[in-house]
Amino acid sequence: MAKILSIVERAYHGTVEEQDDTILWISHMIKDAGADISVLLRGNAVNYGVIGQDASGLRFGNVTLDVPPTLDADISNLIAAQVPTYVVREDLADRGISEAGLAKGLKVVGRSELADLYDSHDSIWHW
Amino acid sequence: MAKLTIALMDSPYESGTTTTAMRIVDAAVRKGHSVNVFAYEGAVSLTMKEQKGHPNPVKGTTIEEAKHPTTANFVAGLLATGKVEWINCGMCVDERGSGDWIEGPRRGGPGDLLKWSEESDNTLIMGTR
Amino acid sequence: MAQYLLIESRDPFEFADTTYMYDMAGDLSKNGNNVTLFLIQNGVFCARQNVKNNPVTSLRQKAPGVRVEADDFSLRERGISTEGLESGITVSNVDNLVDRLVDSDTKIVWH
Repeated sequence: MAKILSIVERAYHGTVEEQDDTILWISHMIKDAGADISVLLRGNAVNYGVIGQDASGLRFGNVTLDVPPTLDADISNLIAAQVPTYVVREDLADRGISEAGLAKGLKVVGRSELADLYDSHDSIWHW
Repeated sequence: MAKLTIALMDSPYESGTTTTAMRIVDAAVRKGHSVNVFAYEGAVSLTMKEQKGHPNPVKGTTIEEAKHPTTANFVAGLLATGKVEWINCGMCVDERGSGDWIEGPRRGGPGDLLKWSEESDNTLIMGTR
Repeated sequence: MAQYLLIESRDPFEFADTTYMYDMAGDLSKNGNNVTLFLIQNGVFCARQNVKNNPVTSLRQKAPGVRVEADDFSLRERGISTEGLESGITVSNVDNLVDRLVDSDTKIVWH
Protein backbone atom coordinates (compact mmCIF):
# COMPACT_ATOMS: atom_id res chain seq x y z
CA MET A 1 0.00 0.00 0.00
CA ALA A 2 1.24 3.45 -0.90
CA LYS A 3 2.26 5.72 1.95
CA ILE A 4 0.36 9.00 1.83
CA LEU A 5 1.48 12.31 3.30
CA SER A 6 -1.53 14.57 3.85
CA ILE A 7 -0.49 18.21 4.25
CA VAL A 8 -2.72 20.70 6.03
CA GLU A 9 -1.88 24.41 5.88
CA ARG A 10 -5.15 26.37 5.73
CA ALA A 11 -6.69 26.77 9.17
CA TYR A 12 -9.81 28.03 10.90
CA HIS A 13 -11.82 28.43 7.71
CA GLY A 14 -15.31 27.09 8.27
CA THR A 15 -14.25 25.04 11.30
CA VAL A 16 -17.12 26.27 13.47
CA GLU A 17 -19.79 25.33 10.93
CA GLU A 18 -18.04 22.04 10.17
CA GLN A 19 -17.23 21.29 13.83
CA ASP A 20 -13.75 20.27 12.69
CA ASP A 21 -11.12 20.92 10.05
CA THR A 22 -12.21 19.17 6.89
CA ILE A 23 -8.70 18.02 5.97
CA LEU A 24 -7.94 16.60 9.41
CA TRP A 25 -11.33 14.90 9.18
CA ILE A 26 -10.84 13.35 5.76
CA SER A 27 -7.31 12.27 6.70
CA HIS A 28 -8.73 10.44 9.71
CA MET A 29 -11.45 8.91 7.53
CA ILE A 30 -8.84 7.76 5.02
CA LYS A 31 -6.88 6.17 7.87
CA ASP A 32 -10.02 4.39 9.08
CA ALA A 33 -10.53 3.15 5.51
CA GLY A 34 -7.20 1.35 5.81
CA ALA A 35 -4.68 3.83 4.44
CA ASP A 36 -1.08 4.18 5.47
CA ILE A 37 -1.29 7.91 6.00
CA SER A 38 0.69 10.59 7.80
CA VAL A 39 -0.33 14.18 8.43
CA LEU A 40 1.88 17.24 8.20
CA LEU A 41 0.73 20.49 9.79
CA ARG A 42 2.36 23.50 8.22
CA GLY A 43 1.51 27.18 7.86
CA ASN A 44 -1.31 28.33 10.10
CA ALA A 45 -2.41 24.73 10.64
CA VAL A 46 0.46 24.31 13.10
CA ASN A 47 -1.85 26.06 15.56
CA TYR A 48 -4.15 23.02 15.46
CA GLY A 49 -1.58 21.31 17.68
CA VAL A 50 -1.91 23.87 20.48
CA ILE A 51 -3.58 22.45 23.58
CA GLY A 52 -6.40 24.46 25.11
CA GLN A 53 -8.41 25.62 22.11
CA ASP A 54 -11.97 26.51 23.03
CA ALA A 55 -14.63 27.49 20.51
CA SER A 56 -17.58 26.99 22.81
CA GLY A 57 -20.32 29.39 23.74
CA LEU A 58 -21.53 30.71 20.40
CA ARG A 59 -25.16 31.50 19.79
CA PHE A 60 -26.99 33.12 16.91
CA GLY A 61 -30.32 34.47 18.03
CA ASN A 62 -32.13 31.50 19.55
CA VAL A 63 -29.78 28.94 17.98
CA THR A 64 -26.82 27.70 20.01
CA LEU A 65 -23.71 25.90 18.82
CA ASP A 66 -23.95 22.90 21.11
CA VAL A 67 -21.02 20.92 19.73
CA PRO A 68 -18.08 23.20 18.89
CA PRO A 69 -14.93 22.07 17.12
CA THR A 70 -12.20 20.56 19.31
CA LEU A 71 -9.22 20.74 17.02
CA ASP A 72 -6.55 19.97 19.62
CA ALA A 73 -8.47 16.82 20.57
CA ASP A 74 -8.80 15.94 16.88
CA ILE A 75 -5.00 16.04 16.60
CA SER A 76 -4.61 13.85 19.68
CA ASN A 77 -7.16 11.43 18.25
CA LEU A 78 -5.27 11.26 14.95
CA ILE A 79 -2.10 10.41 16.86
CA ALA A 80 -3.97 7.85 18.95
CA ALA A 81 -5.21 6.29 15.71
CA GLN A 82 -1.56 5.64 14.76
CA VAL A 83 -1.37 8.46 12.23
CA PRO A 84 2.15 9.90 12.39
CA THR A 85 1.46 13.61 12.72
CA TYR A 86 4.16 16.17 12.08
CA VAL A 87 4.37 19.89 12.70
CA VAL A 88 6.90 22.31 11.23
CA ARG A 89 9.22 23.82 13.83
CA GLU A 90 9.86 27.11 12.02
CA ASP A 91 6.15 27.65 11.40
CA LEU A 92 5.60 27.30 15.14
CA ALA A 93 8.44 29.70 15.93
CA ASP A 94 7.25 32.30 13.39
CA ARG A 95 3.92 32.39 15.20
CA GLY A 96 5.37 32.54 18.70
CA ILE A 97 4.01 29.08 19.54
CA SER A 98 5.86 27.20 22.25
CA GLU A 99 6.55 23.53 21.53
CA ALA A 100 5.80 22.85 25.21
CA GLY A 101 2.16 23.69 24.59
CA LEU A 102 1.60 21.16 21.83
CA ALA A 103 -0.45 17.97 21.84
CA LYS A 104 1.51 15.00 23.11
CA GLY A 105 2.90 12.82 20.36
CA LEU A 106 3.20 15.50 17.69
CA LYS A 107 6.50 15.12 15.86
CA VAL A 108 8.27 18.44 15.36
CA VAL A 109 10.27 18.60 12.13
CA GLY A 110 12.39 21.34 10.63
CA ARG A 111 11.79 22.80 7.17
CA SER A 112 15.09 21.30 6.06
CA GLU A 113 13.72 17.84 6.90
CA LEU A 114 10.58 18.17 4.79
CA ALA A 115 12.23 16.92 1.61
CA ASP A 116 13.15 13.73 3.44
CA LEU A 117 9.60 13.49 4.73
CA TYR A 118 8.31 13.79 1.16
CA ASP A 119 10.82 11.17 0.06
CA SER A 120 9.63 8.75 2.71
CA HIS A 121 6.09 8.80 1.32
CA ASP A 122 4.82 7.57 -2.04
CA SER A 123 2.05 10.08 -2.52
CA ILE A 124 1.81 13.70 -1.39
CA TRP A 125 -1.68 15.06 -0.83
CA HIS A 126 -1.10 18.78 -0.45
CA TRP A 127 -4.58 20.13 0.27
CA MET B 1 -31.21 52.11 18.38
CA ALA B 2 -29.23 51.91 15.18
CA LYS B 3 -29.48 50.08 11.90
CA LEU B 4 -26.50 48.25 10.43
CA THR B 5 -26.21 46.85 6.91
CA ILE B 6 -23.83 43.98 6.23
CA ALA B 7 -22.82 42.60 2.83
CA LEU B 8 -21.56 39.01 2.83
CA MET B 9 -19.84 37.07 0.05
CA ASP B 10 -18.47 33.82 1.46
CA SER B 11 -20.19 30.53 0.73
CA PRO B 12 -21.14 28.28 3.66
CA TYR B 13 -18.64 25.98 5.38
CA GLU B 14 -15.61 27.59 3.71
CA SER B 15 -14.60 30.58 5.77
CA GLY B 16 -14.27 31.89 9.29
CA THR B 17 -15.94 35.07 8.08
CA THR B 18 -19.37 33.46 8.01
CA THR B 19 -19.20 32.73 11.73
CA THR B 20 -17.90 36.21 12.43
CA ALA B 21 -20.74 37.79 10.48
CA MET B 22 -23.29 35.72 12.41
CA ARG B 23 -21.65 36.73 15.69
CA ILE B 24 -21.81 40.40 14.73
CA VAL B 25 -25.48 40.14 13.76
CA ASP B 26 -26.28 38.31 17.00
CA ALA B 27 -24.45 40.89 19.12
CA ALA B 28 -26.13 43.76 17.30
CA VAL B 29 -29.67 42.43 17.80
CA ARG B 30 -28.93 41.62 21.45
CA LYS B 31 -28.07 45.27 21.85
CA GLY B 32 -31.39 46.23 20.28
CA HIS B 33 -30.12 47.24 16.87
CA SER B 34 -31.62 46.07 13.62
CA VAL B 35 -29.50 44.49 10.92
CA ASN B 36 -29.89 44.12 7.16
CA VAL B 37 -27.87 41.38 5.51
CA PHE B 38 -27.25 41.46 1.77
CA ALA B 39 -25.99 38.06 0.65
CA TYR B 40 -23.95 38.30 -2.51
CA GLU B 41 -22.35 35.58 -4.68
CA GLY B 42 -21.55 32.45 -2.62
CA ALA B 43 -23.29 33.78 0.48
CA VAL B 44 -26.69 33.23 -1.16
CA SER B 45 -26.20 29.55 -0.34
CA LEU B 46 -26.14 30.24 3.40
CA THR B 47 -29.92 30.10 3.52
CA MET B 48 -30.50 26.98 1.41
CA LYS B 49 -33.24 25.00 3.08
CA GLU B 50 -32.13 21.44 2.44
CA GLN B 51 -28.92 21.63 4.47
CA LYS B 52 -28.78 18.73 6.88
CA GLY B 53 -26.53 17.56 9.67
CA HIS B 54 -24.86 14.19 9.62
CA PRO B 55 -23.21 11.74 12.00
CA ASN B 56 -19.48 12.05 12.56
CA PRO B 57 -17.77 8.70 12.00
CA VAL B 58 -14.38 10.09 13.05
CA LYS B 59 -15.73 11.00 16.48
CA GLY B 60 -18.11 8.07 16.58
CA THR B 61 -21.09 10.31 17.19
CA THR B 62 -24.61 9.79 15.90
CA ILE B 63 -26.56 12.43 14.05
CA GLU B 64 -28.30 13.30 17.32
CA GLU B 65 -25.05 13.53 19.27
CA ALA B 66 -23.17 15.44 16.59
CA LYS B 67 -25.78 18.22 16.47
CA HIS B 68 -24.14 19.37 13.28
CA PRO B 69 -24.97 23.01 12.70
CA THR B 70 -26.11 24.40 9.40
CA THR B 71 -25.75 27.95 8.22
CA ALA B 72 -29.46 27.92 7.34
CA ASN B 73 -30.21 27.16 10.98
CA PHE B 74 -27.90 29.95 12.14
CA VAL B 75 -29.67 32.41 9.85
CA ALA B 76 -33.08 31.14 10.95
CA GLY B 77 -32.09 31.80 14.55
CA LEU B 78 -31.14 35.35 13.69
CA LEU B 79 -34.27 35.97 11.62
CA ALA B 80 -36.38 34.71 14.53
CA THR B 81 -35.27 37.73 16.55
CA GLY B 82 -37.42 39.89 14.31
CA LYS B 83 -34.56 42.38 14.06
CA VAL B 84 -32.89 41.00 10.95
CA GLU B 85 -33.79 41.38 7.29
CA TRP B 86 -32.07 39.23 4.69
CA ILE B 87 -31.85 39.68 0.93
CA ASN B 88 -30.23 37.17 -1.41
CA CYS B 89 -28.86 38.61 -4.65
CA GLY B 90 -31.25 37.17 -7.21
CA MET B 91 -28.81 36.89 -10.10
CA CYS B 92 -26.30 35.12 -7.85
CA VAL B 93 -29.05 32.70 -6.85
CA ASP B 94 -29.90 32.03 -10.48
CA GLU B 95 -26.25 31.32 -11.33
CA ARG B 96 -26.07 28.73 -8.60
CA GLY B 97 -29.55 27.28 -8.82
CA SER B 98 -29.75 27.92 -5.10
CA GLY B 99 -33.27 29.27 -4.78
CA ASP B 100 -34.71 26.86 -2.23
CA TRP B 101 -34.43 28.89 0.95
CA ILE B 102 -35.65 28.79 4.49
CA GLU B 103 -38.52 31.13 5.27
CA GLY B 104 -37.58 34.78 5.66
CA PRO B 105 -35.02 35.88 3.07
CA ARG B 106 -36.22 37.69 -0.02
CA ARG B 107 -34.83 38.14 -3.49
CA GLY B 108 -33.20 41.42 -4.36
CA GLY B 109 -30.35 43.11 -6.14
CA PRO B 110 -27.55 45.64 -5.82
CA GLY B 111 -30.07 48.47 -5.66
CA ASP B 112 -31.31 47.05 -2.37
CA LEU B 113 -27.82 47.15 -0.94
CA LEU B 114 -27.53 50.82 -1.88
CA LYS B 115 -30.96 51.62 -0.45
CA TRP B 116 -30.20 49.80 2.78
CA SER B 117 -26.82 51.47 3.03
CA GLU B 118 -28.39 54.89 2.69
CA GLU B 119 -31.02 54.06 5.31
CA SER B 120 -28.53 52.60 7.79
CA ASP B 121 -26.23 54.16 10.35
CA ASN B 122 -23.34 52.22 8.90
CA THR B 123 -22.42 49.56 6.34
CA LEU B 124 -19.95 46.72 6.78
CA ILE B 125 -18.73 45.11 3.58
CA MET B 126 -17.30 41.64 4.25
CA GLY B 127 -15.71 40.53 0.99
CA THR B 128 -14.41 37.12 0.09
CA ARG B 129 -10.87 36.06 -0.71
CA MET C 1 -10.47 64.18 12.17
CA ALA C 2 -12.41 61.00 11.40
CA GLN C 3 -12.97 57.79 13.32
CA TYR C 4 -11.72 54.67 11.58
CA LEU C 5 -12.35 51.05 12.50
CA LEU C 6 -10.13 48.72 10.50
CA ILE C 7 -10.99 45.06 11.03
CA GLU C 8 -8.16 42.71 10.13
CA SER C 9 -9.18 39.06 9.72
CA ARG C 10 -6.05 38.07 7.82
CA ASP C 11 -2.62 37.15 9.11
CA PRO C 12 0.81 37.82 7.63
CA PHE C 13 1.58 34.12 7.20
CA GLU C 14 -1.24 33.18 4.84
CA PHE C 15 -1.52 36.55 3.11
CA ALA C 16 1.45 38.50 1.85
CA ASP C 17 -0.38 41.82 1.78
CA THR C 18 -1.48 41.95 5.41
CA THR C 19 0.83 44.85 6.14
CA TYR C 20 -1.43 46.83 3.81
CA MET C 21 -3.99 47.23 6.59
CA TYR C 22 -1.35 47.90 9.26
CA ASP C 23 0.27 50.50 7.01
CA MET C 24 -3.13 52.04 6.36
CA ALA C 25 -3.80 52.23 10.09
CA GLY C 26 -0.50 54.02 10.61
CA ASP C 27 -1.02 56.41 7.70
CA LEU C 28 -4.56 57.28 8.79
CA SER C 29 -3.30 57.92 12.30
CA LYS C 30 -0.53 60.17 11.00
CA ASN C 31 -3.20 62.13 9.15
CA GLY C 32 -4.70 62.94 12.53
CA ASN C 33 -7.51 60.40 12.54
CA ASN C 34 -8.66 58.30 15.47
CA VAL C 35 -7.90 54.72 14.41
CA THR C 36 -8.72 51.34 15.89
CA LEU C 37 -7.30 48.16 14.38
CA PHE C 38 -9.44 45.22 15.46
CA LEU C 39 -7.85 41.78 15.02
CA ILE C 40 -10.25 38.91 14.48
CA GLN C 41 -10.18 35.34 13.09
CA ASN C 42 -6.63 34.52 11.98
CA GLY C 43 -5.76 38.19 12.43
CA VAL C 44 -5.17 37.34 16.10
CA PHE C 45 -2.16 35.21 15.15
CA CYS C 46 -0.28 38.51 15.53
CA ALA C 47 -1.40 38.82 19.16
CA ARG C 48 1.08 36.29 20.57
CA GLN C 49 4.44 37.41 21.80
CA ASN C 50 7.53 36.45 19.80
CA VAL C 51 5.78 36.48 16.43
CA LYS C 52 8.35 36.85 13.66
CA ASN C 53 8.29 40.27 11.97
CA ASN C 54 5.15 41.11 13.89
CA PRO C 55 3.36 44.00 12.13
CA VAL C 56 1.77 44.97 15.46
CA THR C 57 5.23 45.81 16.81
CA SER C 58 6.05 47.91 13.77
CA LEU C 59 2.72 49.69 13.94
CA ARG C 60 3.17 50.50 17.63
CA GLN C 61 6.50 52.12 16.80
CA LYS C 62 5.27 53.93 13.72
CA ALA C 63 1.89 55.06 15.03
CA PRO C 64 1.49 54.59 18.80
CA GLY C 65 -1.85 56.37 18.65
CA VAL C 66 -3.51 53.46 16.88
CA ARG C 67 -5.58 51.38 19.28
CA VAL C 68 -5.02 47.66 18.60
CA GLU C 69 -7.64 45.24 19.90
CA ALA C 70 -8.02 41.47 19.61
CA ASP C 71 -11.29 39.53 19.61
CA ASP C 72 -11.60 37.37 22.71
CA PHE C 73 -13.35 34.45 20.99
CA SER C 74 -10.78 34.30 18.19
CA LEU C 75 -8.01 34.17 20.81
CA ARG C 76 -9.75 31.45 22.82
CA GLU C 77 -10.60 29.48 19.67
CA ARG C 78 -6.88 29.28 18.88
CA GLY C 79 -5.71 28.56 22.41
CA ILE C 80 -3.97 31.94 22.68
CA SER C 81 -3.76 33.01 26.31
CA THR C 82 -4.87 36.57 27.00
CA GLU C 83 -2.00 36.80 29.45
CA GLY C 84 1.23 37.73 27.82
CA LEU C 85 -0.10 39.12 24.58
CA GLU C 86 2.10 41.29 22.41
CA SER C 87 2.59 44.67 24.02
CA GLY C 88 -0.07 47.23 23.22
CA ILE C 89 -2.88 44.82 22.36
CA THR C 90 -6.12 45.08 24.30
CA VAL C 91 -8.53 42.15 24.52
CA SER C 92 -11.94 43.11 23.20
CA ASN C 93 -15.05 41.36 21.92
CA VAL C 94 -17.79 41.48 19.34
CA ASP C 95 -20.09 43.46 21.61
CA ASN C 96 -17.54 46.26 21.70
CA LEU C 97 -17.05 45.91 17.97
CA VAL C 98 -20.77 46.38 17.36
CA ASP C 99 -20.77 49.58 19.41
CA ARG C 100 -18.37 51.04 16.87
CA LEU C 101 -20.01 49.45 13.82
CA VAL C 102 -23.30 51.19 14.51
CA ASP C 103 -21.64 54.56 15.04
CA SER C 104 -22.54 56.53 11.94
CA ASP C 105 -19.46 58.70 12.38
CA THR C 106 -17.09 55.74 12.10
CA LYS C 107 -15.69 54.60 8.78
CA ILE C 108 -15.39 50.83 8.85
CA VAL C 109 -13.20 48.63 6.71
CA TRP C 110 -13.11 44.83 6.73
CA HIS C 111 -10.04 43.07 5.39
